[in-house]
Amino acid sequence: MTMQSAVAEPTSTTREPVLSLKKVSKGFGAVRALTDIDLDIYPGEVVAIVGDNGAGKSTLVKILAGVHPQDSGTISFDGQVVSIPTPTASRALGIATVFQDLALCDNLDVVSNLFLGREIVRGISMDEEEMEQRSWTLLRQLSAKIPSVRIAVASLSGGQRQTVAIARSLIGEPSVVILDEPTAALGVAQTAEVLNLVERLRERGLGVLLISHNMADVQAVADRVVVLRLGRNNGDFHVADVSYEEIISAITGATDNVVTRRASAHAVQAAADNAAAAPVEAPIAEAEAVAAPSAGSVTEALPNNATGIDADSEENR
Amino acid sequence: MTTTPTETPAERAADLQDERLVRTEGVRGAVLAFRQRVRGGDLGSLPVVIGLIVICVIFQILNPNFLSANNLVNLTLQCAAVGTISIGIVLVLLLGQIDLSVGSVSGLAAAILGVGMTQLHWPIIVAVIVALVVGAAIGYLYGLLFTRFGVPSFVITLAGLLAFLGLQLKVLGPAGSINLPYDSWIVQFATSAFLPPWAAYALAFIAAAALFFGDIRRSSRRRKAGLSTGALSVTLIKAIALLVVLFAAVAYLATDRGLGASFLLFVLLVVIMNFFLTRTRWGRSVFAVGGSVEAARRAGIRVNRVYITVFILCSSFAALGGLLASARLTSASLSSGGGDTNLNAIASAVIGGTSLFGGRGSAYSALLGILVIQSISSGLTLLNLDSSIRYMITGAVLLLAVIIDSLSRRSRASHGQA
Repeated sequence: MTMQSAVAEPTSTTREPVLSLKKVSKGFGAVRALTDIDLDIYPGEVVAIVGDNGAGKSTLVKILAGVHPQDSGTISFDGQVVSIPTPTASRALGIATVFQDLALCDNLDVVSNLFLGREIVRGISMDEEEMEQRSWTLLRQLSAKIPSVRIAVASLSGGQRQTVAIARSLIGEPSVVILDEPTAALGVAQTAEVLNLVERLRERGLGVLLISHNMADVQAVADRVVVLRLGRNNGDFHVADVSYEEIISAITGATDNVVTRRASAHAVQAAADNAAAAPVEAPIAEAEAVAAPSAGSVTEALPNNATGIDADSEENR
Repeated sequence: MTTTPTETPAERAADLQDERLVRTEGVRGAVLAFRQRVRGGDLGSLPVVIGLIVICVIFQILNPNFLSANNLVNLTLQCAAVGTISIGIVLVLLLGQIDLSVGSVSGLAAAILGVGMTQLHWPIIVAVIVALVVGAAIGYLYGLLFTRFGVPSFVITLAGLLAFLGLQLKVLGPAGSINLPYDSWIVQFATSAFLPPWAAYALAFIAAAALFFGDIRRSSRRRKAGLSTGALSVTLIKAIALLVVLFAAVAYLATDRGLGASFLLFVLLVVIMNFFLTRTRWGRSVFAVGGSVEAARRAGIRVNRVYITVFILCSSFAALGGLLASARLTSASLSSGGGDTNLNAIASAVIGGTSLFGGRGSAYSALLGILVIQSISSGLTLLNLDSSIRYMITGAVLLLAVIIDSLSRRSRASHGQA
């Protein structure tokens, strides 16, 4: 329940993590999608997972959601080692996953969608009144702006649909919520609404795992940023004491030293905006605004560090 | 018009607190809400009710016998068989699937009844049960084929149409046509069993009372849950309107033979299916699967089970419809379930307002749709027009219904409700 601000540096060393991954690996045929991933999520904490395409974010989500089981390594939930063979097992543990495509039934109303598969029954018929009342209670707690719960989900806006999807994940009283790209398709105002919602989940004491390409969102709500690169842990930062460039360099694979950090910062500028002349603060802010695409292009510009630095030094001359 | 008693903004019902909600109450509110819904493309059963009225007016002008009690009683008896088949079609359409073999399955059921009764000398009830079980087994087979192999239901049931037509011929044997004994109870039930007027009135009263007290009970539960409730006046008007309409219908039919038992069975089945579709978890999962299979699956609904139960129900209703049809015609023959049975059953579900695209519709569309189709058929017969014209007109009406379905879908999309 405590509002855990990003300033609180050591994230609850006293408390037990609600979800803890130790040396989790997963391969698909010859491809090692994840190698020895360690990850802890504490109650009341928002952990962002960032990484380039192919870094293993989706695989990690799928392991936790029970879509694919891991090949090796252990997952502990509330201190107990568990296995998550199916989506149902994941839900039963108390892990709620909101996938990117939301998976709502457009032809059903908000109440039906919220309780889909978990309808409250009285005798053989559904208890519509109870479900509607609980829907309102839940949506009010999330300060959701939905005018009526008896309208079809099809008529809601993108942000409202996202709200319904997140609210639905809370029906089963989970202790961890996984949000896969919750703001990817949303406008500015709706993004802000969803970020508020994420903060409210944290206030409820839930562990939130946020997958995002958008660095602005990550820095706005996350307490901790875990960087994946090519299926391995490549950094675990407190948002409060990490800079945007440091995260980017971890994502793109520049190891964390002064020289490569400089190189990667230059490369970001070059990729984001070739015309930007002054290598100081302003272009970085611009790069931040277009974080996702620039992060993508940076990898291609930096297949290895040597060429990156070469290109850079040529430009500098 | 009427306002709810306690009314400070703070203690408004939980579902009316959003200030963006345009709020109207009482009878006027109900009418306004209805108009808004129709304009938004949520036509419900409005087009088919209007269509039915237009059809009745036209045929009554062309032939004054059309609305005679005698003709209407015949009409209700004709509705029962294909209407029952059509309930099953509504179910598969709600899933976005189709069953093209209902005609053959109904023919097979008729053949089983005929052969069982006359050649094997089974008790009628055994023949009926065997026919229904065969129907259910066929549906189970379709469900397995669909869920295991992912073959489109269109193709599975097209294969079934041929295969079960063949089986029907095989069961009937070389004779090809079997007459059912006229004094057997099943034939009596379908041809000449009518409710005594007092029973029909009592049923009409029970239906209206059930509507009224159901609404009252829902209102009180909603009030207890802190939700808004409909105005009592609306509830009362709805119940009285239903009572008046039913009483008038019963009284008019009673001037001839009255309310047919087979038609009553059909209507009861519609009401029961409507309850299951709208009030139970199973019904909710049918709509969910029809709306988005993937969403339903991720919500933990056992999608395959839903498909299999619906296919079983559809084929069972087809078998039951076949039994009613053969009992009414007192024969099981090569042509049982042939001809236009299939198409009429599918057409009445669609004409009644069940969407071909899945996820939208109601059990009542089977009732409304079959009334339209049989009215056209009966009217054209009265005008001594032969079946060539009847087929063409029924085809045109079906086309019109599908066009209305597509248009209302587009209208929903443009009103942000698709």
